[in-house]
Amino acid sequence: MNELDHFLEAADQPERYGAGIKAGGTPVLGYLCSYAPEEIIHAAGVHPLRLFGTLESTLHADSHLQAYCCSLARGVLETALDGTLEFLDGAVFPHTCDTIQRLSDIWRLNTPFDFFADVVHPVRLDAGFAREYLEDTLQRFKRELEAWSGSKIDDAALARSIETFNTARKRLDDLYRMRSRDPGCISGSRVSSIVKASMILNRDELPGRLSRLLEEIESGRYRTGATDDRKRLLVAGSLCDHPDFYSMVENLGGVVVWDDLCTGSRAFDGFIDPSGDPVKAIARRYFERRPCPSKHLSNTARAEALASMAEEHGVQGIIFFLLKFCDPHAFDYPYLKEYLEAKNIPVTLIEVEDSLPPEGQLTTRLETFIYTL
Amino acid sequence: MTDDKKTRGIQSPPIAMDAKMKEIMTGYYIEAKTAADSGKQVAWITSGGPVEPLIAMDIIPVYPENHGAMIGASKMGGALCEQAEAMGYSGDLCSYARSDIASSVTNGGPIGGLPRPDMLVACNNICGTVMKWYEVLARYFDVPLFIFDTPMCHTDYHEESKRYVKQQVLEYVAFLEQVTGKKLDYDRMDHVGKLSLEGQRYWQAVLDTAASRPSPLTAFDGFYHLALIVTLRGTQVAVDYYRDLLAEMKDRVAKGIGAVPNEHYRLLWDNLPIWYRLKWLSNKFAAHDAALVADTYNTAWCRSLRYIEDGNFLDSMAEGYTRMYLNIGVDQMADTIIEMAEKYSVDGLVMHSNRSCKPYSFGQYDIQRMVRERLGIPCLLIESHMVDERSFSEAQTETRIDAFMELIRNRA
Ligand code: SF4
Ligand code: SF4
Repeated sequence: MNELDHFLEAADQPERYGAGIKAGGTPVLGYLCSYAPEEIIHAAGVHPLRLFGTLESTLHADSHLQAYCCSLARGVLETALDGTLEFLDGAVFPHTCDTIQRLSDIWRLNTPFDFFADVVHPVRLDAGFAREYLEDTLQRFKRELEAWSGSKIDDAALARSIETFNTARKRLDDLYRMRSRDPGCISGSRVSSIVKASMILNRDELPGRLSRLLEEIESGRYRTGATDDRKRLLVAGSLCDHPDFYSMVENLGGVVVWDDLCTGSRAFDGFIDPSGDPVKAIARRYFERRPCPSKHLSNTARAEALASMAEEHGVQGIIFFLLKFCDPHAFDYPYLKEYLEAKNIPVTLIEVEDSLPPEGQLTTRLETFIYTL
Repeated sequence: MTDDKKTRGIQSPPIAMDAKMKEIMTGYYIEAKTAADSGKQVAWITSGGPVEPLIAMDIIPVYPENHGAMIGASKMGGALCEQAEAMGYSGDLCSYARSDIASSVTNGGPIGGLPRPDMLVACNNICGTVMKWYEVLARYFDVPLFIFDTPMCHTDYHEESKRYVKQQVLEYVAFLEQVTGKKLDYDRMDHVGKLSLEGQRYWQAVLDTAASRPSPLTAFDGFYHLALIVTLRGTQVAVDYYRDLLAEMKDRVAKGIGAVPNEHYRLLWDNLPIWYRLKWLSNKFAAHDAALVADTYNTAWCRSLRYIEDGNFLDSMAEGYTRMYLNIGVDQMADTIIEMAEKYSVDGLVMHSNRSCKPYSFGQYDIQRMVRERLGIPCLLIESHMVDERSFSEAQTETRIDAFMELIRNRA
């Protein structure tokens, strides 16, 4: 089996993979967003599994969430209620948007899992004392995990986890850079599956797997035949769990060279300082990585970050891939569009309910956008 | 339905204080709109934000949410929301935010827009929307923004949250001192804190009178009289007003005057009002001899009473403002509703499933279930966007209200 196949398989069937880990004797905790302190979970000897939910029917979730709730929250709740996540030991809810905040309550009140924790991150990233608050919050989470698992999480275990995650994140960054330099080296849908899988696979094995995968890619065996005249694009939004979207872009003469997604570069952005107090260092990364729109660093931080990513990677256009009913992203969009267009970076918006918009409509939209670049 | 039933229920004696409210609010908006002439600064602040330090520093607080309510009540929300959509804001966003953003740019709405802010204060104890919304305003007006971050208390108010919020109280005062170039007078702050508490106590007492049968006021009356506890909390004007309103309510109780003349059924309302349909809804229920005697929105401004200490306002407001109704878990919200349902002896629960407000609305299905299980009373769900009248379906709502009332009648 190629290394790539491990990634594709995990991305395709995260729950099956998670159940396998559990069957092997490791407890599994689910989480929904990149603000979950995976390092602490991992150091407790627990497997952190990112939850992606389902895009199929959501019968069970529909009796807890109104129709105007985003498909991510709805889909994840569905898998918790319909038995798909039966193997799970519990879940961790970092505070982000209003929807997740209420999903956390609904989850706590309606699911049968053993462990549950809210990690109420600060919303402000612009105040020094918010860092102390986050450190204290992570310490609380650590204590809760310890009480549940019955064993202490010592600094040495945390240091090992930090090292593991730093290495894996670095390799993902390498992968992204490789693709940015040579966009034909592997298809966009495969890259998206690889990052997704990195939130599913056994983390101890992840750095090694990523190294081997990078070698496979370098060997040229996943080349797409794409030429250099493709339009270089960046995708921005919360998450994009639609591999077809990348193929569509490629068929229309474009190629995604970077992203600002919660299931993309925002998940591996930022490095944890391995020296000093580990929890402090973990907290610090959240202040240094690129923020999600549910956090406040400054009024213009996200626009500046997008513009600088676009510049660094020679991006010719940005596609905002937004989930319908996602408030934080929807609030930012008009300003980001204005800011980026003023810098001569064209922008387009694709709003996704659960499935992608009808193919004809989507193709026309993307085609027109790519053509005008 | 007989003719008699159609007409009755909509003619109880008006509340005398209505006129006074109008007068005070007019004066308040005139003062705010002419702030520049009188050399005063204006702060836009969220409805659940810590306003008392502003009052103590002579800054005029202006509430886009109160403005939103006026926009909704004058049925101008649809057009403004549409303008916001044309600016790129999704039609699924909070309609207060959409109408306010549009009116900031166009000076639209019933009073020709709000006075330009000198500063912005957003407290996320009600939602994350306000932070995103105020970021938009801060860029547009290019004025300083203070974000008061009150960590969500899903189950508890933790020590670390307490420290974090208290640090922000100090930082907030420093922010205001910097923007105004003045020092906060702590004696004055104490006084304002006292007035704030006094006003809240009177307002709660006013709402408490609804426990009498018949109830002298409905939640719909409350939505109108609420304006001062939002906008003028911490002033003598609000204290006097609610003291007088309380006297009037007590008098109505003594004389047996009900807000709904043939009050037969008593209901509890959840979520924000549907501002453009207040009268319609109120008449609709009254025609069924039903009075909405209590609600979760009007009381939200008194919730901090249990945490704020007399004589120690600035320090204890950290907890008061953090443990707001929307900043707690769904189960605690359900407990609150059940407590109120018992206190006001209600026969049913009417929930506004408000597309504008996810933190208020998600979880309603669960609350509904808990209420049914624990109290066995019927629940009704009405969906809308609170100030975007385009989202409201009259025919559907009417049918559902009729069916709901039928259910209640059959139980009685
Ligand atoms: S950030 Fe957006 S996509 Fe993510 S859970 Fe919240 S509303 Fe849904
Ligand atoms: S209506 Fe809800 S979402 Fe809108 S500002 Fe108020 S609390 Fe926030």
